[in-house]
Amino acid sequence: MKLAILGAGDVGRSVADLAGEYDHEVVALADSTTATVNPNGIAVDDALERKVGDEALGPGVPEDVFEMEYDVLVEATPTTLGDAEPGFSHVKRALEADRHVVLANKGPVAERYEELRALEADSAGSIRFEATVGGAIPVLSTVEDCTPQAVTAVRGVLNGTANFILTRMAAEGLDYEHVLAEAQDLGVAEADPTFDVDGTDAALKFVILANVLADGGFSLEDATVEGIQDIPGSALDLAAEDGRTIRLIGEATRDGVRVGPRLVPENGALAVTGTRNIVQIETRNAGSLHSSGRGAGGPETATAVLSDVGRLPPL
Amino acid sequence: MGNPPADGDEDDPDAETDGGLRAYTVRLELVDEPGELLRALAPIADNGGNLLSIHHERGNITPRGHIPVQVDLECPPDRFDDVVEGLRGAGVNVIQAGAEHYGEEINVVLVGHLVETDLSNTLSRIEDEADAVVLDLSLAAPEGTGGISSARARLAIDSGRSSEALAAIRSIGTDKELTVVEPLLGGDA
Repeated sequence: MKLAILGAGDVGRSVADLAGEYDHEVVALADSTTATVNPNGIAVDDALERKVGDEALGPGVPEDVFEMEYDVLVEATPTTLGDAEPGFSHVKRALEADRHVVLANKGPVAERYEELRALEADSAGSIRFEATVGGAIPVLSTVEDCTPQAVTAVRGVLNGTANFILTRMAAEGLDYEHVLAEAQDLGVAEADPTFDVDGTDAALKFVILANVLADGGFSLEDATVEGIQDIPGSALDLAAEDGRTIRLIGEATRDGVRVGPRLVPENGALAVTGTRNIVQIETRNAGSLHSSGRGAGGPETATAVLSDVGRLPPL
Repeated sequence: MGNPPADGDEDDPDAETDGGLRAYTVRLELVDEPGELLRALAPIADNGGNLLSIHHERGNITPRGHIPVQVDLECPPDRFDDVVEGLRGAGVNVIQAGAEHYGEEINVVLVGHLVETDLSNTLSRIEDEADAVVLDLSLAAPEGTGGISSARARLAIDSGRSSEALAAIRSIGTDKELTVVEPLLGGDA
């Protein structure tokens, strides 16, 4: 397939870098101001080198991407809330041109799911968005394989930063502020970690899951969300007295979305440590399935994008 | 009340029509001293209870350093309150009393200004509004009683009523500006 990639952050760059391994060709790569396009395939290594050196990706502008002959638009621009722009408009343009879209951007799928599905229904192209939930972990494709109707709930840990902080607090008996600073030093937490620690990032993923289970109906404002900022080290110590620990757990069902700190058995499946993610998919006829792995990172998330590309039908 | 032994209940028509004896479980918390167990069991027999089994959980010390003891007994339904009162009257700490009434145990962790917002009132409200019994409580206040503290409460609740009980506890938490860390129910978490 010919890929046009919008967004040149960790994920967009990794998709460009790994596309060749999956036998796909990159015909366009754009960041927010510049672009490089070539109908016969761009020189990915050169473009990435320029990007890392803070130079323009190429002589073009992002608009040029839509002029290209491509099969799949990879939407990997940063997640925005509310109207989810400009991501939503990118997807719209591609679907209206009867192209496929693979999203790594959570915004449009969490905030404007029904509109996306309506656009898809009128298009020869399809949308896929495995990379928006749990990075490399095949969560949505597992739900799809079980058929969404037979899945009764999805629960789990889908934010590595919050999980890292809680794990360190429990293991070292340290307080939140101390561990957050350490996580920032290690590059696990961003300079502004708000979305990770207040539960928003996890909530977006569980909103997407609820939309898949119920075929739409949810956005971030329908979710009940609590973060981990107010959890002191002493709460983790008390939980441990009884063989339990605290994790930032999300739950998606057809009835709603809830994210908050919860008590889970210390040695249970959901008590993953460090930046690891896990989901538990509860099915009507086959009990619970668990998938665990790396929920973030450029190459990890890019594998989810490229797996989606592989599942698309020819246009 | 107080003297007839269990097999003297046959002359109680209500108990008979009601199916006679019924099984109950009480959980007690004993100080680890010689003679405590015997002292704790006497009020049961004295009030018409018939001992079925005693599970003395030595080695499983509660956070307060006491030993939990679970006693199964049978007695006519109308005598059970006397048995519990007899135990309490003898100075025995009864942490749970009931038949199939309290079938589930859950843990919650509360975080916030627990002492300043009257922890004992919070616990009474949990017992009243969530229809729960507080079996066990640990408090950690590393910043002193004026700062943020945490408490873990183990609660006995009616079977199948966890969701309602947790909803009630959540609303008490909202009222008192406390963070409630609930257990994750459902699935095999």
